[in-house]
Order: sequence, then structure tokens, then C-alpha cells
Amino acid sequence: MLLVDIKKKLGSFQLDVQFETDGGALALLGASGCGKSMTLKCIAGVEKPDSGRIVLNGRTLFDSEKRIDLPPQRRRVGYLFQQYALFPHMTAVRNIAAGARHLSPAERRRRVAEVVRALRLEGLEDRCPTQLSGGQQQRVALGRILVGEPEALLLDEPFAALDSYLRWQVELELMDTLRDFDGDVVFVSHDRGEVIRLCDAVCVLTDGCSAPQESVRQLMQSPGTVSAALLSGCKNYSLAERLDEHTARCVDWGVILHTEAPVPPDVTAVGIRAHHIAPGPGAENAVSCTVARVIEDTFSTVVMLATPGGGAGRSLLRMELDKAVWEALSEPEALTVHLAPAQVMPLTGGGL
Amino acid sequence: MDWYPLLNSLRIAVISAAIVFFAGIAAAYYIAKLPRLLKGVLDVVLTLPLVLPPTVVGYLLLCLLGPRRAVGAWFLDTFAVRLTMQWWSAVFAVTVVVFPLMYRTARGAFESFDETLAQAGQTLGLSNTYIFWCVRMPCCRQGIIAGAVLSFARAIGEYGATSMVAGYTPGRTATVATEVYQLWRIGNDALAARWVAVNIAISAVVLLAVNLLERRQRR
Repeated sequence: MLLVDIKKKLGSFQLDVQFETDGGALALLGASGCGKSMTLKCIAGVEKPDSGRIVLNGRTLFDSEKRIDLPPQRRRVGYLFQQYALFPHMTAVRNIAAGARHLSPAERRRRVAEVVRALRLEGLEDRCPTQLSGGQQQRVALGRILVGEPEALLLDEPFAALDSYLRWQVELELMDTLRDFDGDVVFVSHDRGEVIRLCDAVCVLTDGCSAPQESVRQLMQSPGTVSAALLSGCKNYSLAERLDEHTARCVDWGVILHTEAPVPPDVTAVGIRAHHIAPGPGAENAVSCTVARVIEDTFSTVVMLATPGGGAGRSLLRMELDKAVWEALSEPEALTVHLAPAQVMPLTGGGL
Repeated sequence: MDWYPLLNSLRIAVISAAIVFFAGIAAAYYIAKLPRLLKGVLDVVLTLPLVLPPTVVGYLLLCLLGPRRAVGAWFLDTFAVRLTMQWWSAVFAVTVVVFPLMYRTARGAFESFDETLAQAGQTLGLSNTYIFWCVRMPCCRQGIIAGAVLSFARAIGEYGATSMVAGYTPGRTATVATEVYQLWRIGNDALAARWVAVNIAISAVVLLAVNLLERRQRR
């Protein structure tokens, strides 16, 4: 169990992060430069928060009130750096052994051999980091961390240094490693796909401030805030006003929509995902649109729709359809679509 | 030909370069961690001997070490040792003049060091001493060796501050540099030329070593 509740002044903004894990993998999701890496560095102890506390499995790592600040060496927290930070003058196996210096030489050799086998690094032992591929480097870096048996694992954008084909391969490998790891994992990313595939819980960071943590499912179904919706990949937004419990006036689109989720009093916007907009009038929330643009994407067709009461720019609805479905509609100039109430997400907060 | 000046030059250079090696690395390492204002001030003070005329450095050293000055007088009273006009007095002069060379090259090497390597080492439980000697120093090896060799080369050639602090006493404080000046002054051009040749030979070898090191670093 890892509890983090820290504040730190960071240039133009204040880092203010709270979350708690219970053995699973938690993702810190946020745009670049929002303080994700700094949060990890504070947990690992290589940076010092201004105030707050960090507790790992009942051990206080940092507590500004009790003046506790364990050095990183005694925190038992593994940190996988974005560029892996392998020691360039040491071979793979010496890098791994560096993580086990607290063991006796015999025990160290045994553990290193174990880790080399577990991470399938046989045959690469005597290579220097520059002679290893990105994925192999990551495995060495992970091995170097795991050999010391840390209680928590911090992963800082573990796929950022890899190209897209290799990335998938490495992601699969990392999934296996994480499954075998018995401890807390904090994973930093700006890629929602990675978060959905690798993590159970997610904590959204906006300009250094963490939102209450939630399950990944929750984030995708009802992100709650505009910034969370943006990170979850939602493409359509309209500023909105509350009319009643389940009705909102969408200012940019110029329509009134019913929502299944309750509209909070401080609602600022509504959002709907591009693939949740469906052609046809449906039961509720039908909107008659004109087709503004059609864009052929890799595996789908993107249709930009102008709503009757809408202005320019953001007011266009982005609908994504299977290519076959769009072809079946035979290029209409006007189209009625429906925005199912269950899919319309009331949102709070700024960011649009 | 009396080889004393060469022996004297070499031992002064070796001792000074050794002192400067450790002092320069330590200064470069610790000053980098200081707050910006203090860092700026110390940086100027420690680099000053590089741009000051060596005679100015010599003058300032005499103000400190001279037999009637604060430190010099104290040593004379306490240990009955005169700090100036000994062969090893030149070590003071050479150390101060050469220090900025080592300090600045070491700092340059440390600045290009990727700090995440040190942070990674810390999270892996490695002691800061181990990280310094087994991670930071090997990664900065080339720059630091080049700085040390350059310091040694400059130490052999020091004249201005040495001549003021150690003076020129044949067979006692003479160095290659002061010997050349003395021989030229009394008109013994032939012997002066031989010492010039010796000096050029040593310096060329040292600089060749620096170049070889730098080429290996680039590769």
C-alpha cells in the first residue's frame, strides 16, 4: 500500500498530488509537463516535496511534520527512468548486479542469474547498453530494479523511448513482468491506451493538481471533468448550462440534450465520444445536421456535422463510422443523428 | 649540463597537478550544488588566476606567505620554516595558477553528466560514495583525464608566479622556465636554447597525449 499526499512549488504552478494504491497498478495520467515525473521523483526520494507525507506499507518515507525524509537508498522503491538510465560503462549483467550490492557475492550471483532468466536476457549479459535495443535496455533496467526486490515500482513513461512497433512488443512483456511483481506500481503516462491496458486505477493530473482517483472504467464512462474527458480521448465538447436534473442546454451546438447521468449544478460542458454518435433519429436527442466535411481515416470515416443552431469551430460534431456504414448512407448532404442520453457526459471544470 | 632545473620542474609539476586534480574535482562537484549567487561568486574567484597575469598571482601570494605577512610570519614563528624562496614554494604558485584549468574541465565534464544516472543509482540503494567513484567518475573519465594532463603541462611551464614566490637560486629553486630566463639574461644563449628545446619537447608530448585522449572521447 502506497499513500501519497504531497505539495511542491514547481515554477509557475503548485504540485498538489494525493492518491493511495492497494497493491494494484495506478496510473498518473496527464499532459506533458503537469508534474507527473516530479511526483515519481518525490516518491523515490531524489526530489523533496515542500510538505506532505508518503507512506509505503506502513513505513513513513517522508513526513514534513515529523521531519522524516528517508534517503532514496532506504526507501525500497524501484524507479524505471524514461530513458532507463543504464550505467553506460557497465555491461548488462554488471548493471543488474549494481542493484544487488547489498547481498553477499554468492547470493548476488544467484539473484542476478535468476533475474537474467526471468527477463530473458540470456546471451546479452556481456553487452554494453549501447549494443542493446530499446526493449532489451528496458528489460535490463527492470532487471536491475527487480533484483533488489523493491516494495513499489515507479514507471516513468516506459514506452516513450521506443518506436511504435516495438512499443507493443515491450508493452506485452511489461504486462507479464507487472503480473509477477508483488507490490505497488505507479505508472506515469499521457497515453490513455497504455493506461487502459496496464492499470486498474487512474489519477488524472491537471497542472500539478490530482483529481480523486478512480477506476479506469469510470474514467472512460464518466470522466466528470473536462480535463479528464480530454485525456480519455473524448473528441466532442460544447459549453453547457443546466436546465434540470437530466437536461442541459448545449451552447456551442445550439441544442438541448437529455442525459442519463445527472447534470451537476456547476456543469460547464457536455461531451460525447465520436463513435457514440449514431446516424438515424433514435429515441431521444435527435439532431438534424448538415454534412460539413468527410475525412477518410485509416479504418473509419470521420464525418464533421454542422448542427442547426451551432456556430463555427468547436460547434462541429465529429462522428466516426465504419467505412461500410458510411458508404451505405450514400453520401447524404444532410443527416439526422442521435446522441443517446447514456452517452452524453456532463462535465465540470475548465480547459476548453 | 646540470639537470637540476628539469628535476625540480617535474617534481613541482607532479605535486601541483596531484593537488589540483583532487581540489579541482572536489570544487567542481560541490560548487555545482550551491545556490546560484554563491556559485557565481566562487566561480569568478576560482577562475580568476586563469586570466590574471601570473605576476599578480605571485604578488598576492607573497602578500600572504611572505616572512613578514600573516601566514608566512606565523609559520616562521611556530615551525621556523620560511614559506618563500624554497623549491617547494613554487608548488603554492603553480597550484594556484593551474587550479582553474582542472576546475573548469572537471566542471564541464560533470555538467555533461546525466544526473538521472546518479538518481537511478540512489534508488538502487547505491551509496553516494559508490555513485561518485563508480558511476560519475567513469562517465566523466575522458574530460577529467584531459584536464589533469593539461594542468600538468601548464604546471611545467609556469614562470611568473614561481619566479616571485620561489625566486631563482641555481641548484635550489631553479626550474626550466626560470633557468631559460636566467641564461638568456647573462647571455648564455647556447645553453638557453637547449633548455628551450627540452621544454618544448616535454610540452609537445603532453599536448599530444591530450589530443589522443580527446579523439578517443569523440569516438
